[in-house]
Amino acid sequence: MKTPEELKYTKSHEWIRIDGDSAEIGLTDYAQSELGDLVFVNLPEEGDAVTAGKTFADVESVKTVSDVFSPVTAVVAEVNSELADAPEKINEDPYGAWLVKVSGITGTEELMSAAEYEAFVASEKAEH
Amino acid sequence: MLIFDKGTKGRRTEYIPACDVPVTELPEGDRRIAPLCMPELSENDVSRHYSELERKTHGVNDGFYPLGSCTMKYNPKAADAAAAMEGFTSIHPLAPKEDVQGCLEVLSTAEKYLCEITGMSRFTLQPAAGAHGEFTGLLLIKAYHRARGDMKRTKIIVPDSAHGTNPASAAMAGFEVVNIASGPDGCIDLDTLRAACDDTVAGLMLTNPNTVGLFDKNIAQVTGIVHACGGLCYYDGANLNAVIGIVRPGDIGFDCMHLNLHKTFATPHGGGGPGSGPVGCRADLVRFLPGQVVDRDAQTGLLSFSKEPDSIGDMRSFYGNFLIVVRALTYITILGRQGIPQASSHAVLNANYMMACLKDTYHMAYDETCMHEFVMSLEDLKDKTGISALDIAKGLLDAGIHPPTMYFPLIVHEALMIEPCETESKETIDQAVEVLKALKDEALKDPEDLKSAPHHTPVTRLDEVNAARHPKLRWSAPGDSAM
Repeated sequence: MKTPEELKYTKSHEWIRIDGDSAEIGLTDYAQSELGDLVFVNLPEEGDAVTAGKTFADVESVKTVSDVFSPVTAVVAEVNSELADAPEKINEDPYGAWLVKVSGITGTEELMSAAEYEAFVASEKAEH
Repeated sequence: MLIFDKGTKGRRTEYIPACDVPVTELPEGDRRIAPLCMPELSENDVSRHYSELERKTHGVNDGFYPLGSCTMKYNPKAADAAAAMEGFTSIHPLAPKEDVQGCLEVLSTAEKYLCEITGMSRFTLQPAAGAHGEFTGLLLIKAYHRARGDMKRTKIIVPDSAHGTNPASAAMAGFEVVNIASGPDGCIDLDTLRAACDDTVAGLMLTNPNTVGLFDKNIAQVTGIVHACGGLCYYDGANLNAVIGIVRPGDIGFDCMHLNLHKTFATPHGGGGPGSGPVGCRADLVRFLPGQVVDRDAQTGLLSFSKEPDSIGDMRSFYGNFLIVVRALTYITILGRQGIPQASSHAVLNANYMMACLKDTYHMAYDETCMHEFVMSLEDLKDKTGISALDIAKGLLDAGIHPPTMYFPLIVHEALMIEPCETESKETIDQAVEVLKALKDEALKDPEDLKSAPHHTPVTRLDEVNAARHPKLRWSAPGDSAM
């Protein structure tokens, strides 16, 4: 499981690459491996408001459909439209295949460092 | 091969006699512009086509079908025989009530029995299936709050272990869905529930036993907390097979509910229906019930339909899937007061027996006495061998066993959910246990072979990812560019 140092993570398995008051948001390597091969990604539209801790997209694999939660309160500046035809990019390169870019961040969810996220995943696995 | 790809132009069987009345042509604008594209086959070809499809499928008549949460039990043929009686099959929904008193008697008696079984005051038999019933129940809840002038109740609480239809039905009914996390025991966490309950909550949707096969022991407190904040409690009857005749949803605080007649009450289930999802409710919700209810006229003694004063309107045409109700009434009559709780006791016994046989081989998600089904987590096995719940499920197909439900409930990773049902013998369960143990051995010794299972079925491992990414949703005629 890869967890790049420079990113922040949520308990619902999203990563965020924050740059000032803008950010890229995607699904972690652990999330994509748990979901399995993704077959469909339902993304918001440019200009949509997203709220920290609330769902803003959903992804579908062969075995399940999952909500994706926003780590921040912001506005969608750009949507990764490539994913519509190639959801497998999330499986192949989870930290390259961002879902949305947001700007105007006004609030954030409780975020974890890479080390904290790894410990969180380990404790979640131990529970099951 | 699809039937559309078979046959030859001009090979056909004419069943419809020549028209012996004057022909009236349709108006110009209503006529087809291209000829209807239909397969042309002899009766012999058609018969063989469907026999071939039948051989390729797996139903309850072919073997064990422990599909968790679906209650794929054997349905007595006597129920089919009753539903095939001409007095039931040859009626018209608009027939005068004097001509169909027997059919009305079926509806009325079935409703009475369902009320007795569930502790509800009345039932509508109109909804066509489970999710349709959920939607109906939620509209009753909405009508109840509206009638009291309480317009701020916009939320429905759904636990994260719920059937996916629950949040979907709530959203369809215009509610905001509040998902609450289950406790570590797989049941409702009372503190989480309390925190979610306020005067914006319209109600809670719950199935009990829940989707991990456990009876929520705090159920009286759960319904009490929701009632205390002014909400109503909806019982998803999907798992009723575990408690039918033993626990009545009405007695544990539920205000309305649906039943799946096509699971619990002798209608074969799966393959697209038809189903039946009657909705029952407590006395003060009866005035909102949809469609027609059957009552006896005190003067004439005749049964007839009447509409409730504040009805939410029709949920389906006429009286629902009537013949499914005939099957349910037959089943309830055959089993009777003693037989019905015995059926659910056997369902629970079979599940616990099978779980006990398997718990040294597979990891049980909740290692305690279960109800009608149990959930195994293959997460450890997958970490160790690469063999997933999907691979074990595919391996079962080679042994002529339908796989259990996979990857549900979502709160258990690599889940296999097994519901043996009361209609299976000890021998059948023992054989399935042996197969599951052998598959575990194979996973440890020769995982590669299992990853390509099944090997002996009409079609082997399917490319499910490709099928989901590029679905072929309909047949296209050669030269037809539409997908």
